[in-house]
Amino acid sequence: MAIKQFFQHTPSRRQISWIKSTLFLLCLVPFTRLVWLGVYDGLGANPVEFVERSTGFWALLILLATLSLTPVRLLWGVTWQLQFRRMFGLMMFFYASLHITTYLWLDYGFDWADIIKDIIKHPYVLVGAAAYLLTVPLAVTSNQYMMQVLRQHWKQLHLSVYLIATLGVVHFWWLVKKDIREPLFYAVVLALLLGVRLYYKLRQMKLKVDRARKVKLSAVI
Amino acid sequence: TALPNFTKTAYGKEEKLTSYEDVTTYNNFYEFGTSKSEPAVHSKLFKPYPWTVSIEGEVKKNKTIGIDEILKLAPLEERIYRMRCVEGWSMVIPWLGFPLAQLIKWAEPNANAKYVEFISLADSQQMPGINLPILDWPYVEGLRMDEAMNPLTLMAVGLYGEKLPNQNGAPMRLVVPWKYGFKGAKSIVKIRFTEKMPMTTWMKAGPREYGFYANVNPQVDHPRWTQSSEKRIGAGLFAGRIKTQMFNGYTEQVGQMYAGMDLRKNF
Repeated sequence: MAIKQFFQHTPSRRQISWIKSTLFLLCLVPFTRLVWLGVYDGLGANPVEFVERSTGFWALLILLATLSLTPVRLLWGVTWQLQFRRMFGLMMFFYASLHITTYLWLDYGFDWADIIKDIIKHPYVLVGAAAYLLTVPLAVTSNQYMMQVLRQHWKQLHLSVYLIATLGVVHFWWLVKKDIREPLFYAVVLALLLGVRLYYKLRQMKLKVDRARKVKLSAVI
Repeated sequence: TALPNFTKTAYGKEEKLTSYEDVTTYNNFYEFGTSKSEPAVHSKLFKPYPWTVSIEGEVKKNKTIGIDEILKLAPLEERIYRMRCVEGWSMVIPWLGFPLAQLIKWAEPNANAKYVEFISLADSQQMPGINLPILDWPYVEGLRMDEAMNPLTLMAVGLYGEKLPNQNGAPMRLVVPWKYGFKGAKSIVKIRFTEKMPMTTWMKAGPREYGFYANVNPQVDHPRWTQSSEKRIGAGLFAGRIKTQMFNGYTEQVGQMYAGMDLRKNF
């Protein structure tokens, strides 16, 4: 399989830093495009909606990219791609922050009474707000220093990314009026990415149980 | 087919118009696709002429009428109306049309007619969206008889001085300015008078979200969108929101029709 072959060739450190820089710049393309369109009046009839949609889309897509790195390790046993996880995670946070800033500022003009009403009354807004709040501690603890401080708690804390992704997809699903094809697609991708993890987790647990049983058996004999 | 001459009216003359560009490229017309930009693209080959509309149900007798005859039923007027979409945005559009009451008079409904049902074209050959089971096609909307006869209710055949672009519901669409935009059935092929309240497409799709009346009402919230304020299309990235008015600002003309009704229940 072509993907497998691609990942099994481990790049050199130099190559990795090149790939990383390229991915970093690629992640900034949608942002640059928005600024460009904003300056040249290309955001269409409903510019606020355009920016909200676009930043939300990229936050979700980059989050799914982040979550796809571990399945590559589980399926093909390679690990070099995991070095991009933090960058992708922070990029997701960047777009999610733009998304929520657009909502609070351009959409609602920081009218907190209206914003609070909107969040409480509309389930999709509530779910989106919850997802964003959950990303903040992850972004804050994404550096080496916090990893050392938190030790084993760091991993536990960062497990919340699964919840964030689920809330993100639900947020999109509930906001769509009737045509659910697009959110459905992301739901399927997310289910696959989480499904691979679950499959390996269950297999691991089964192996452990089998091993324990073997030990017991040999003790009896 | 060219439009006959029309007279300008005082309706909405103080309003700032939404640009022709925005009015014709930001559309909800699911028969041509569910995104706002798709209708303008996918309706290019749509043929709104020739066109016939059939009149049926509680009428003296069933009949059909061609679009050319419809244009001769009543003098055309230009009326500038605000349009408020249930999704929380609004436009100001210079429609060309005539009061629906004129068409109803011609249709000769009988004494049993309490409601009017409007049925849009559902032609999978010309309308790609019809092939998707997103809504229960054809699109159906309805009005109570007094709402249909209200002088504000317009049968529109044009905008900005020209005939209706396909994406705006050519050749003939309903405009009910004190109700959310989805009440304005587009590309109407059938008008049926009924005794019972019609079941509309959006009521079927989401009974909790879309009611029969769908009057613009900042006090009755929607499970998805804030209804107390709205974004005016074309106002730009930093324009913010404007307050939504009761009955979209047409209370004086339509408020009395709902006197004594619980508008929270009849949303």
